[in-house]
Amino acid sequence: MTYVIAGSCIKDDSCIEVCPVDCIHPKPGAPDFEAAEQLYIDPEVCIDCDACVEACPVDAIFADFEVPEKYDYALELNAEFFAEHTTAQRTAA
Amino acid sequence: MAGAGPQVAIVGAGPAGAFAAACLLRARGDAEIDLFERLPTPWGLLRGGVAPDHQEIKRLEDTFDRQTLQRSCRFFGNVEIGVDVSHSELMRHYTAVIYATGAQTDKSLGIPGEELPGSWAATDFVAWYNAHPDYRGLEFDLSAERAVVIGNGNVAADVTRMLTLSPRELERTDVADHALEALRESRIEEVVVLGRRGPAQVAFTSAELRELGRLDGVDVRVDPDDVELDPVSRRWLAEEGTFTARKNVQLLREFAARPADQEAPRRIELRFLRSPVQIRGNGRVEAIDVRRNEIMRTDEGALRARSVDWDVQTIECGLVLRSVGYRAVPLPDVPFDERHFVLPNEGGRVLRPDGEPLPGVYAVGWIKRGPTGILGTNKRDAEETVNCVVEDLAADALADPPEPGREHIDALLGERSPSVVTVEGWRAIDGHELERGRDEQRPRVKLASHDELLAAAKAP
Repeated sequence: MTYVIAGSCIKDDSCIEVCPVDCIHPKPGAPDFEAAEQLYIDPEVCIDCDACVEACPVDAIFADFEVPEKYDYALELNAEFFAEHTTAQRTAA
Repeated sequence: MAGAGPQVAIVGAGPAGAFAAACLLRARGDAEIDLFERLPTPWGLLRGGVAPDHQEIKRLEDTFDRQTLQRSCRFFGNVEIGVDVSHSELMRHYTAVIYATGAQTDKSLGIPGEELPGSWAATDFVAWYNAHPDYRGLEFDLSAERAVVIGNGNVAADVTRMLTLSPRELERTDVADHALEALRESRIEEVVVLGRRGPAQVAFTSAELRELGRLDGVDVRVDPDDVELDPVSRRWLAEEGTFTARKNVQLLREFAARPADQEAPRRIELRFLRSPVQIRGNGRVEAIDVRRNEIMRTDEGALRARSVDWDVQTIECGLVLRSVGYRAVPLPDVPFDERHFVLPNEGGRVLRPDGEPLPGVYAVGWIKRGPTGILGTNKRDAEETVNCVVEDLAADALADPPEPGREHIDALLGERSPSVVTVEGWRAIDGHELERGRDEQRPRVKLASHDELLAAAKAP
């Protein structure tokens, strides 16, 4: 499984601060950070630890099997985001 | 005062002020922070801006509360700095003053007819449906079949949703009771949303745009010709477009390809490359004239809209909501940048006209950077400003105020603001609203007038 961030994300970076494997992007300072409307979790790297879910102040993060219907597009959108730049590419940059 | 921590006043208890207070307490646990707010209630646009059907975002107030008011931070609501208490009085009692007053007015279109009854700043409508006590008396005429929303940002999306949500959905939110009543009787069936630029340049987040296409009983319409990008936009999108911009164009093409749903009781029509040139009507709004634009690239590389011809198209409507941006207003006795509508500042340190820092005075949020970004943007912004405060404190760059000590503030407020709302008062308001919400199976039922709010704050 993985966790996924829904459209109510406010780009508070609490999740990035607590993620033990640095799989939430874009990070403050990354070239696409300012323009990003939300943050995304790389499912290839996520270890399902739950830390981001606890940290999110607006409860915008869901387990992939528990995504509410109104955010049913979130997994696909997330995949599209990482299709452009994976965490590996982002870390290498 | 030896041993006491620095005394800091934050003016404005919206998201920027709250993030700044939380951040300062993390950096300097000894700071004694007072959060001043013009309204009896804290959290600014989180309470009064974020749309009632976006309750999940309003959960941020729990974090603000936990990180500020549940720590040592005091709240002084119903106190207006510059009116009840002056800037120089704050400087007598605080080591540092951080302005977080936001952008309180709207930009105008500068076209004839803008002032006709029935033409409103979208922000007036937002404040009204969110129970801002200064706006409860407004009367929006929702008796015409068509409304026009000017602008392509998230406020435009919010007001468009609020005009098209069914009463059944509105009843589940914390929309103001007076607005719920008026919206129940609304006869608006169509909302036309006008964008000056094209589909590739909209300022909606893709989440807000997608939502417009998923509303119950609402048919969203986009003219397929409107989503055929011009060569300038096509090239920009391919070479410089953000993930959100590409997503928006894709969503708008999906909307354009949908067959019209004749059964839907309400419609949203998104039209692009249209600038309003005049709002017309005999004593009140009856129509709006628009002209076609095309996208051009300026010498600086920005994409601008310019009119194609003089042809005018008329859209009949009974309500116009103008949503083309917020603007800050000057604060008494504090420098103001009249060109950029912010407090002149460097990283949050407010600057004097000669460009030197004004010691002990800082800015955060929209009054610092202009009305851009989303909620979380204020967190990084607050970190930057708080870093300046912490650095200046560490460098002993800030003079001790002549009259430090919380007893002086208390005395001053007792004299000037007898109906100040403290943390206890806010807790009483909050508890009252939440309890009424429980009774009606709504997240909260807001008190919408100063009198009611102040009475609830004083209730035992």
